[in-house]
Amino acid sequence: MKSVMLALSQIPESKQVLLKQLTEDLDTQSLSWLSGYFAGLASRAPAGPSAQKIASVAPAAAATPRPLTVLYGSQTGNAKRVAEALYEQLRSTGLPARLVRADRYTTRELKDEQLLYVVISTQGDGEAPDDAIGFVEFLSGRRAPKLPSLHYAVLGLGDSSYPDFCGIARRIDERLAELGATRVHDLGTADLDVETIAKPWSQKALEQARSVLQQNEQQQPSASITPLHPKTGRFSREAPFEAELLLNQPITAPGSDKDIRHIELSLEDSQLSYQPGDALGIWPVQSEALVAEVLQQLGLDGEKSVSVNDAEHPLKDWLGLHRELTQLTRPFLQAHAERAESAELSQLLQPDQSEAFRELVSTHQLVDVLRKYPASWSAEELVQALRPLAPRLYSIASSQSVVEDEVHLTVANVDYEFEGYRRSGAASGFLSRTAEGERVRVFIEENTRFRLPVDTSRDVIMIGPGTGVAPFRAFVQERAIQGSKGRNWLFFGNPHFDADFLYQTEWQAALRDGQLDRLDLAFSRDQEKKIYVQDRMLEQASELFAWIQAGAHVYVCGDANRMAKDVHATLLRIAQQEGGLDPVQSKHWLDELAAQGRYARDVY
Amino acid sequence: MTTPLSHLEQIKVNSRYLRGTIEEGLNDPITGAISDDDNKLLKFHGSYQQDDRDVRDERRKRKLEPAYSFMIRARLPGGVVTPKQWLELDQVATTWATRGLRITTRQTFQWHGVVKRNLKATMQAINSAMTTTLAACGDVNRQVVGAVNPHLSSQHRLVHEWAQKLSDHFLPRTGAYHEIWLGGEKITPDQDEEPLYGTTYLPRKFKMGVTIPPLNDVDVFAQDLGLIAIIENGELQGFNVAIGGGMGATHGDSSTYPRLGSVIGFVTPDRLIATAEGVVTLQRDHGNRVERQYARLKYTLDHLGLEWFKSELEARIGFQLEPVRPYHFDNNGDHYGWIQGEDGKWHLGLYIEAGRLWDENGLQLLTGMREIARIHKGEFHLTCNQNLVIVNVDEKDKARIDQLVSQYSLNGYENQSGIRRHSIACVALPTCGLAMAESERYAPVLLPKLEALLEQHGLKDAPILLRLSGCPNGCSRPYLGEIALVGRALGRYDLRLAADFTGQRLNTLYRENITEPEILSALDALFASYAAERRPNEYFGDFLIRSKVIPEPERHLIPIVLESTQA
Repeated sequence: MKSVMLALSQIPESKQVLLKQLTEDLDTQSLSWLSGYFAGLASRAPAGPSAQKIASVAPAAAATPRPLTVLYGSQTGNAKRVAEALYEQLRSTGLPARLVRADRYTTRELKDEQLLYVVISTQGDGEAPDDAIGFVEFLSGRRAPKLPSLHYAVLGLGDSSYPDFCGIARRIDERLAELGATRVHDLGTADLDVETIAKPWSQKALEQARSVLQQNEQQQPSASITPLHPKTGRFSREAPFEAELLLNQPITAPGSDKDIRHIELSLEDSQLSYQPGDALGIWPVQSEALVAEVLQQLGLDGEKSVSVNDAEHPLKDWLGLHRELTQLTRPFLQAHAERAESAELSQLLQPDQSEAFRELVSTHQLVDVLRKYPASWSAEELVQALRPLAPRLYSIASSQSVVEDEVHLTVANVDYEFEGYRRSGAASGFLSRTAEGERVRVFIEENTRFRLPVDTSRDVIMIGPGTGVAPFRAFVQERAIQGSKGRNWLFFGNPHFDADFLYQTEWQAALRDGQLDRLDLAFSRDQEKKIYVQDRMLEQASELFAWIQAGAHVYVCGDANRMAKDVHATLLRIAQQEGGLDPVQSKHWLDELAAQGRYARDVY
Repeated sequence: MTTPLSHLEQIKVNSRYLRGTIEEGLNDPITGAISDDDNKLLKFHGSYQQDDRDVRDERRKRKLEPAYSFMIRARLPGGVVTPKQWLELDQVATTWATRGLRITTRQTFQWHGVVKRNLKATMQAINSAMTTTLAACGDVNRQVVGAVNPHLSSQHRLVHEWAQKLSDHFLPRTGAYHEIWLGGEKITPDQDEEPLYGTTYLPRKFKMGVTIPPLNDVDVFAQDLGLIAIIENGELQGFNVAIGGGMGATHGDSSTYPRLGSVIGFVTPDRLIATAEGVVTLQRDHGNRVERQYARLKYTLDHLGLEWFKSELEARIGFQLEPVRPYHFDNNGDHYGWIQGEDGKWHLGLYIEAGRLWDENGLQLLTGMREIARIHKGEFHLTCNQNLVIVNVDEKDKARIDQLVSQYSLNGYENQSGIRRHSIACVALPTCGLAMAESERYAPVLLPKLEALLEQHGLKDAPILLRLSGCPNGCSRPYLGEIALVGRALGRYDLRLAADFTGQRLNTLYRENITEPEILSALDALFASYAAERRPNEYFGDFLIRSKVIPEPERHLIPIVLESTQA
């Protein structure tokens, strides 16, 4: 099982064993509570020479001025990571900061804030991350207070292949100004290569904080407590572990429209640990064929050494290891359109062409654009213009309690033909062509918002069509080994029963052994009328509602664009139909579930 | 005291007349299978659960259950199909099945690859084509086969009438079939739902067949109840009764064996149903229900004695069988090509390799037959040798049929080798769960090699009965092949030789568990001596006996004829 990996150096050795014993089997929520408890003790005890002065997390009086808050809303963990890094930097320079997740933020404190940094991602085409939906609604609504004394800055994270890139951050930035707050520096909009924008923005934020807080001269030596963040050993996003691939097994039948792989990787000797719900980050390597195709299109020499941003690699390594080739960005396309002097491409980039633009970036890869709109690039300029490669996150499909040194993934190999050319996804293609025995650079990405109930007697309802079923394989494994008393109900769907019933024999065994209590299936293409998981939920509305009212936790994993929305709407409908709630009440009901951590989504 | 009944007998007892939990199993969405016990019951409804054995291991690795599907078998007494039925049954094949239409060795259609969620719809479609699947498999009287003798259509009519009557008389009466497949109202089974069969039906499958000498195309001695029609001056006099034929055996267990029917007497048509019922109920009451491998009628007879059985039968039916009437068989094969019947109508016999009508491997056999069914005004007769006859064609329509037959490559009969025209192969892999070796898929591999050998010896046109079987259970009646290969393992077969050409002498094991090179080399030597030493019109099997390659037949290899004590 997961060990708590803390730096214990500040605690006398004699106490270290006790602390280890105390914290050994505790989950994140319990650890968070303890952190607050200890902080409370600390605030009453005389400060030791090395102890920082910290305040209790007990709610302060409403009028207490809040010198500096870093507030984040994060779906995949990137915004959270950036916010945490900023918070650490602020703290390390002695500034009195607190770090708060948006759904834990008490919105009435907003008017008492002095300096607020918001780090928030935008999902898909302009939607807030799950943990920030309430905050965004509050801010946009009429109840939002005037904020004349607030200073703020916003950093957005997003994906520039969507037209409403960083839309949520943009709206917050504008709205805060509308409410009378003072923008201390400009909105940052970070693309998938988060650090390119996030680093300089955070640096600026740090400098601004110093000057703003000095101006206000209201420094109180206090800081609030953030949940203890278990560090995942020596390896991290920037220093990934080279994991050996143990198994690369297709789990859809040959006749399927999909090619879905069950991937097993070894974490042996990495000390990496994870919990059900966490994700595994994968640093892909672009296919050699694709790199060769790009080089050939541009007539560039892959061996040529290229120096960009203090780093020097042969061009083929830049392209293969450090740059995105499968996803296009608007800035690149703009630059390319100018070079290609292509009216057609320029036209697609006009603001009123968002639909056509979306179509372009969702179907074309870099090589397609190079082929259709030829232009010349120098090696340096190309590397500068392309987006730095970002790792891909996959929900982990195994429980470490069961698989120990392994980590399992469920990966859809995005592999298709476009205009006569084979195209594949960067990471899924990479994983699918990686042979057993080869190595993959990985790291653990925590997802504390997607956790099994601490109380194992709680029922869980898992909705995971397609590869969205991955974390639920981990959940069911974990619940079985915990001996959880609570019942497990899985909704799964895919096109065809015969070819696409992922982990069919495992679910059958789990049902037989009582590890899974219910399994409802929606195979959309096996009959004329398409049936999806939300249709099955509706068929089971009465029982589903009864489970939830009896305390069940609801989890949704998979496609964010359609499935998660449909499931969300279905839950509202079930509350109305079975609970007699009106639309507003049903919304509150679901918000309340989410606030209690009983409605969690891992959607992408 | 009493020996416990076999597990299958318990399943039948508990099944509420074949209902079991089939309905619940069909509605279970987690698996494409139904429970083991329900599978046993499903056979009585005319369907077997199978899986595609080609992909079984690959699916296991993919964490997918086997590719379960269902074989469905129709009940077409005497193998008679109208063009309208043909089109409807073809529609079943193209809509829900995966491997076309398969003509079986019991002259009916089988469909393979129907998945569970489509099973009901498929059954309904078959039923709306005015046929059923009830009792096409299972421990009951199954499809009743009948001679296909288009040359004498008046005789065929007589025989077919009796095949139909026998089929109807022994059809189970349970409401389960209607309830499960046809949306019938669910009733509480009443005590007397099966007046003939009772709650446990028969100990084992029961097969009936009617033939008209001198043709033995149904292999009448392979039937539990074989009936040899005696026709004099165009009038049906009655039937010689042969009982206790059966093909199945188990490798390495000499207490199981194929057996030819014993001819016990003659009955007039008016006493046929009563006699058949006597045989069936005696087997019902005395058949072995403890050890299933001994449950067929042939073992009942051999354990209790043929004389005993006959006297029990006569006591039960209340009259004595008459002395056996003389009969003679020329062959047990089919006629190919056009033949004109006594009434002037024309009939076209077509060879169908392994009975498989399928648009596959560049052929369009299924499409071709569909096109013929669209214009044909007569009937189709399926044969027990997996072939078919286009029956009752007017002179003026012959050319159009010929044109379609040729267009869709159904005209192989015109120049095929003797051995190919006399070959039968069971289904075996990938769908049959019993198969130990390839059969239907091996035929097109093996036949060209045998043909090459035969050609070398000038025997290309010699009619030689070849029967391929993937296991020893005997669907292709391998023990009646002049040459038979019975599967032991992938690529390995027992080579059996020297049945006769009329279905009246079983073959003998010649080489055990050998591979193709050994099979070919053994046969090459025998073909050589056959070519050199055979007498005029001497068949291959008979030659092997005469030349003492195979020993003289023992009594159990040929039909026993009981001399009536009353004669």
